[in-house]
Amino acid sequence: MSSTLDRIAALTDEASTAIENATTTANLEELRVGYLGRKAELPNLLRGVAQLPPEERGAVGKAANQARQRLEALIEERGGALAGAELDAKLVADTVDVTLPGVPSQPVGRLHVLTATRREIEDVFCGLGFTVVEGPEVELVHYNFDALNHDPAHPARSRTDTFYVRRPQSVLDAVGPDPSREVVLRTHTSPNQPRAMERQAPPIQIIVPGRVYRRDSDATHTPQFHQIEGLAVDEDITLADLKGTLLAFARAIFGDERDVRLRPHFFPFTEPSVEVDVSCFQCSGTGALPRTGARCNLCKGTGWLEILGSGMVDPNVLGMVPTGEYDPERWQGYAFGMGIERIAMLKHGVPDLRLFYENDLRFLAQFG
Amino acid sequence: MRLPLSWLHDYTVPDLDPRALATRLAMTGTEVDRIDHHGVDALDRFVVGKVLSAEQHPDADRLRVCMVDVGDGEPSQIVCGAPNVAAGQTVAVSLPGAIMVDGQKLKASKLRGQPSNGMILADAEVGLAAERAGGIMVLDDALAAGTPLGDVLPISDTVLELEITPNRPDCLGVYGVAREAHAATGADLAPPPWATDPHPAGDTIPGVSITVEVPELNPRFTVRAYENVTIGPSPLWLQQRLLAAGQRPRNNVVDITNYVMFLTGQPLHAFDLDRVAGGSLTIRAAGDGEKLTTLDDIERTLDPDVVLIADADGPTSIAGVMGGQRSEVHDGTTRVLMEVANWDGPNMNRTMAKLGLRSEAGARNEKGLAPEQVMEAQAVASQLMVELTGATPLGGTIDVVNWIPPAPELQTIRLRDARVVALLGAPVARETSSRILTALGFGVAEADDGLDVTVPAFRRRDVTREADLIEEVARLNGFDTLPSTVQENRTGFPGRLTPQQRLRRRAEDVLVGRGLHEIAGWSFTQPALLDRLRIPEGHRMRQVVELENPMSEAQSILRPTIVGSLLDVASHNAARGMGDVAIFESGTVYLQDEDPAQPLADEHHALAALVTGAAAPPSWRGGAAPPADFFSAKGLLEAVAGALRVTLSFRPCADWPFLHPGRSAEVLLDSQRVGFVGEVHPSVAAHWDLEARPVGIFAVRLQQLIDAAPEVITYEDLTSYPAVRQDLAVVVPGTVAAADVVACVAKVADEVRVFDVYTGSQVGEGRTSIALHVAFRAKDRTLGEEDVTRLRAKLVKQLALLGGELRG
Repeated sequence: MSSTLDRIAALTDEASTAIENATTTANLEELRVGYLGRKAELPNLLRGVAQLPPEERGAVGKAANQARQRLEALIEERGGALAGAELDAKLVADTVDVTLPGVPSQPVGRLHVLTATRREIEDVFCGLGFTVVEGPEVELVHYNFDALNHDPAHPARSRTDTFYVRRPQSVLDAVGPDPSREVVLRTHTSPNQPRAMERQAPPIQIIVPGRVYRRDSDATHTPQFHQIEGLAVDEDITLADLKGTLLAFARAIFGDERDVRLRPHFFPFTEPSVEVDVSCFQCSGTGALPRTGARCNLCKGTGWLEILGSGMVDPNVLGMVPTGEYDPERWQGYAFGMGIERIAMLKHGVPDLRLFYENDLRFLAQFG
Repeated sequence: MRLPLSWLHDYTVPDLDPRALATRLAMTGTEVDRIDHHGVDALDRFVVGKVLSAEQHPDADRLRVCMVDVGDGEPSQIVCGAPNVAAGQTVAVSLPGAIMVDGQKLKASKLRGQPSNGMILADAEVGLAAERAGGIMVLDDALAAGTPLGDVLPISDTVLELEITPNRPDCLGVYGVAREAHAATGADLAPPPWATDPHPAGDTIPGVSITVEVPELNPRFTVRAYENVTIGPSPLWLQQRLLAAGQRPRNNVVDITNYVMFLTGQPLHAFDLDRVAGGSLTIRAAGDGEKLTTLDDIERTLDPDVVLIADADGPTSIAGVMGGQRSEVHDGTTRVLMEVANWDGPNMNRTMAKLGLRSEAGARNEKGLAPEQVMEAQAVASQLMVELTGATPLGGTIDVVNWIPPAPELQTIRLRDARVVALLGAPVARETSSRILTALGFGVAEADDGLDVTVPAFRRRDVTREADLIEEVARLNGFDTLPSTVQENRTGFPGRLTPQQRLRRRAEDVLVGRGLHEIAGWSFTQPALLDRLRIPEGHRMRQVVELENPMSEAQSILRPTIVGSLLDVASHNAARGMGDVAIFESGTVYLQDEDPAQPLADEHHALAALVTGAAAPPSWRGGAAPPADFFSAKGLLEAVAGALRVTLSFRPCADWPFLHPGRSAEVLLDSQRVGFVGEVHPSVAAHWDLEARPVGIFAVRLQQLIDAAPEVITYEDLTSYPAVRQDLAVVVPGTVAAADVVACVAKVADEVRVFDVYTGSQVGEGRTSIALHVAFRAKDRTLGEEDVTRLRAKLVKQLALLGGELRG
């Protein structure tokens, strides 16, 4: 009996060593067949246990079974290691140049920088509780000037400054000679102040993006450009609220360190009227460039960049709302109007307004 | 307006350098566009000199070689070309290093071999006259050699270029700005130059009569007369001020009218009294078609809205804007009639717009001046006429007043402390308000709850309400101390985009995601665009919005379609080597409204895209993208529709003459036309040099797509009972449209998608095989074999109606 047990131990040792030294999964498979296959010695020993004397059966059966299990485990373990190594080697051989472009090469489109800027501004004011409304570009003189408290002699009404639309005879017949029914290309988004107030009772908080037109053309003026109007009216909205709102806006667009200042100005439809400057983001409002100390070219050394016009809504504008819902003794608020091109030029360093409308793909691809 | 600081300093001297003053003025509401310099620079190089000798230049007839004592011991040799230079004169000298009016630096030089170490100066060379006339300046002999010239003559001045807002015509005068500077800086303000009026009393002038026929347009008209006037050049100080202010000196009388206007803001006009026919002036409406030649030598045709000043021989001036030639002051004038009047602002504005004529006087009069200002100007002019022209007053003042001053209580406004804080969001002390308003010329009295403020005449038009007073206080008090707060939103609505605005963004983003660049085209276009696009007469697209006053023919109408903008941009880029173009615009297009009585336009928001050339850059793996065509454009539009969840249908249609007739379709939404997709007609594309490759294009009324998009999506169970998917080949006659096949199959199947199209011998002459992915699905169970068999049988029946069959 002991010779059988010895044989099992010897076989196990021999097989263990061979398994350990196997170098490929194929090699390992040969060993498995050789030691554990149908014709191999160890399984035969197991199968022959029944022929042994009864007192030997238990010990031999147990030893042979343990040996088989051990070898199976070793093969399993070694096989895993070898398969992993072989896969690794195969994958290494399967290397590509990862720096080649993806396929199919995907063209990247862009929003126009004016749209991207407009959306950014809209989103800031939505966050501040304003809703976005829109209005016509071909506009009545009534909304563009009269309802905004423009003096009948205000120079902006002149045909040198404002585009007037030719009205067909049928319209002339219908509206008569009333100058407020003349038609212009709106010179600002402000006509939507009276338009919105006619539609909606106070309180109101709106912004109005859109195209506007003035008869002007050079590096700093194009006959069409874009504005965003703002209007907030309630019982207690103050100039300080205007300042705070525009400070929040300026920080959202130009950076958290920005400051704003108000400068008195004149607009027919606000009183008091102010122009709003934001501290220069290139020189941090110092007027001098950080390293060289040279005069900042963006703010021309002033430390401030003019970004918009605004003010407290003129009582006449409120009083003229035909519904009578904006009694200026009770309601007050602010309005502002900014040029989207101006914001985009400042933010992105675009030197010439005309670039926005040239639509050269090399320009368009830089933004949005 | 150009403000010479030397002139400002006559009335107030703020203790600030020009830059700081400019900033202070800007921060209180008077914008300074730039700080300019008038006259010479490097002032230490300008001195008084004594001409010791003036000898003929040996080699030049017109030059003299002078020895000049310039006060530094050794006399300087200076070569001078002026005919009037002579030994013994006291003269103005510039030495090497001086910066002359033209910005040139003076250097020591040789003139015809003779060294010259400076220049003996004429008035124009130091900015004291417009042009050289009388040779070098000869100065008072009492001046010592070497005296700095800047102490003697105003040869160097700083000029602030102010932007005066239209509500402040009082600041179109030096004294008005001085008042602002006084209020802004606290520097003392001298009494106004009109504080004393030396003119004799009396309300008549011998031989002069005035008739005003249009009192409502001419609230006040005054004249004064002068005799013994000697016309000549103005003194240098006056010429310097006019030059620095941007006005060319003419002669003493005309210069006085300009000087007084720049000082007081009130325009004046001087007539040669002997050329006023009959000594009578009538202020009347012009006759229709009446003609007048103005001082600028242009004959102008008038209408009854224009106010004229006429004498017995006819019109002499366009009231308030410009004088006429006939009665102009000239070298031989000895008697002057000085007119100062107040006019209706809007009428002045209309007149100038109509005549295409602007003037300094008109620019002030159109803003609506106060009738009180008239006598201020007369007073200052009287002083100067006597002083500078040797004139003696003739008679008193004829003052035609067609205006009643408002009662004092109507010019008084209560400024409530509570209202100040309510509007600004921060209080201003009552004493502060009082100090500011007083400095600005307002009358101030204490009241229970604030101040009773009396508005001065020169601010009467601008300041009419409490809010206007609050502005005055706020702007001079400054906004730096104002807190930054944000109001509460009590509208009941959150800040947000409308669903329509969100969907518009979505549509734009889809195209950007497909690799398109968004453009911003011009709203303006040229009428010729319609011809280039071959739009026939009578077509709706011909009913364009036209401008009355375009900047050019090329921008004289508003675009009725975005197609022109897209072609322009494609062409611009193709011409610069970027021929693969994929662009879109999301913007407004304009037509006259279909209602002929509607004054406003029919504006709608369109979305349009153009693709031409390779749709994507070629890949290194080979397989360059096919050139864009009809189907590229259609694919983009389908992507937009898919994103918005609207179903579009496409029907062959040749209604757009700028499209390829065999490759164009109308786009339908619920059987309503919303746009087109197609390839641009090659002969149209040729106008833009784009004919070499197909140009795919679509344009839709985006708003209609958005209106049809579902706002809320309701859940549908597509997972509990999976679909049975099959690929089918359907053979139909070649005349049957693919969309009809899909619609037919979709009656039975749940999803249908074309994945291949084949024509050729295998399917028979004149027939097409269309391969479809289809999915059959039931809402309440998983379909079995027999269900699918039944559905396919149904499909075969449907296809038979189209003359088609299921293959295989």
